Amino acid sequence: MNKKHFTVLFVMAIIVFACKKGEPIVTQIEAFIGFQKPANFPDPVYNFANNKVTKEGFELGRSLFYEPRLSRNNTITCGSCHIQSSAFTQHGHDVSHGIDDRLGTRNSPPIMNLAWNKAFNWGGGVFDLDLQPIIPITTHEEMDENLENVYNKLRAMPKYTNMFKAAFGTEEINTARFMKALSQFMLMCISSNAKYDKVLRKEPGFSFTTEELEGYTIFKDKCGSCHKEPLFTDGSFRNNGLGISPVNDKGLYAATLVETDKYKFKVPSLRNLKYTAPFMHDGRFLSLNAVLEHYNSEIVATQNLDPLLNRSKLGIALSANDKTKIIAFLNTLNDENFINNKLLAEQ
Amino acid sequence: MKKLLSIISLAAALLISCSKENETTPTFDEKNLAPFSIEFDNIVGERTFSINNTASLYTNAAGEKFSISRLQYFISNIKVATADGKTYAVPQEKSYFLINGADKTTRFAKVEVPVADYTKISFTLGVDSLRSTMDLSKRTGVLDPATGGGHDGGGMYWGWNSGYIFFKFEGNSNAISDDVNGDPTGKKQFKYHIGGFGGYSAPTINNIKTITVDLTTAGIAKVRKDRQSNVHLFVDVMKVFNGKNTVSLAANPNVMFSRYSTKVAANLTEIFKHDHTEN
Repeated sequence: MNKKHFTVLFVMAIIVFACKKGEPIVTQIEAFIGFQKPANFPDPVYNFANNKVTKEGFELGRSLFYEPRLSRNNTITCGSCHIQSSAFTQHGHDVSHGIDDRLGTRNSPPIMNLAWNKAFNWGGGVFDLDLQPIIPITTHEEMDENLENVYNKLRAMPKYTNMFKAAFGTEEINTARFMKALSQFMLMCISSNAKYDKVLRKEPGFSFTTEELEGYTIFKDKCGSCHKEPLFTDGSFRNNGLGISPVNDKGLYAATLVETDKYKFKVPSLRNLKYTAPFMHDGRFLSLNAVLEHYNSEIVATQNLDPLLNRSKLGIALSANDKTKIIAFLNTLNDENFINNKLLAEQ
Repeated sequence: MKKLLSIISLAAALLISCSKENETTPTFDEKNLAPFSIEFDNIVGERTFSINNTASLYTNAAGEKFSISRLQYFISNIKVATADGKTYAVPQEKSYFLINGADKTTRFAKVEVPVADYTKISFTLGVDSLRSTMDLSKRTGVLDPATGGGHDGGGMYWGWNSGYIFFKFEGNSNAISDDVNGDPTGKKQFKYHIGGFGGYSAPTINNIKTITVDLTTAGIAKVRKDRQSNVHLFVDVMKVFNGKNTVSLAANPNVMFSRYSTKVAANLTEIFKHDHTEN
């Protein structure tokens, strides 16, 4: 390989790069806009006063998100179980696979619109995004590492001391900085450009089909009280009538020890369902049809079943026609822009 | 009569000034600070405390023999009070201490309080709910979730249910079975991780305990600029088992975030006893 070869390769690389740049990423590279609330979204609940999103902090957070040194044997990253192309879930896995192929007990939830999240995890317990990464990093089945070890590994790398300095002013790596950088990345994982959003924002050229619109009407009538627009969750914890799992996961109860919290799980958003199957806290349903049939005919009246699922009869009556239309509407919540946003990808 | 009065008052003045020379009861000034410490001297019933005492086991009221492998607890929010009701709270940022039974150097909670004579102290066993929910940048030192490694080791932070372990007490006992009701790993370990600050958005168990210690019997604390006043407390961890609730290792080898933990926490209010004060 001589010098000439290198030059040729280099020029080719530039061309390849230039081609990619032809897409809208150019603007993202030019100016980092920070956190911006989508026009059709409510005010976020995350306390940005304590952690303003900056370009440097975001980039550090993104590096950390894709950094295998967060795990004991440097094999697992946050991105291992939160894969962007699957809307930051581990598509196709009912429960997540962590270090040494250990299995957890829950389906990895999407990293999406977390600035509007009041509580984290299927079973709650964490109320501040800054505190959330401690769980996967230290959990035996996930990354099985302790925080001080992670910091020490990062401290030995000029890449990170430089990035911490750029983001926070000095090279010091500590818990607050580490967690806040990760938060900055996660806060920027905003999904707000599905067809639904564009229609609701009255962007030119976007409208629902008749089927979608009919699905939307049925959705608002039968699903919308828990899966509240525009985030498609009300952020509450409810028992949606799943038969009790073999591991007897009691959901929110473990964190509150309140009897009326038994078998309640967080109401998930319905955005990006195309990419995030399987569904429910333990990933028991492989398709949307299976989910809708659960609500139609499979509700089990376990302790603390949500009253909305037990009115005149158990469940929510859905005809085959209803289901088809609801699914047509739910498909308008898939956000291609989100799963392809290069800004959120491993660099 | 007038003359007599002035003589009396003169004599009184002399008396006061005399006593002042011996005792110097200073005026209470919140800015006039001097060193003060509380010593947490761990004991086990009638015996001294030692880690990994496998050759000389302790015995609790249930008759169970045990050794201790770990003892750590948070002391915070120290307050002092004088006989005439003046109080001072140590500023919160300087008021968090992690006492580690394996490290004697951690046994003092060293603070500064105004120069005065104190007849009462109080402190929190645990971490208050406010600090438990504060921004991470306000949780450094012993409150850093990274401190001590994970909660399986020396760490005092619960990641899965955000909050601190207030009192961590571990050891081994042959009274513990090898099945799922005991320690299935066969190590016969007991683990008492007592925490719970009351819940963030909805109430749950609250195991924060405020401990008040009257100093009038065993010696008031005379805090002065040129001295180190030290309130020496015995911390009897045997009371974890033998308090108002009798706790059995065989019946409850693991007590963590559960309703039962409130029974153990109730016993924790009895572990502190004022032995003497060094002025």
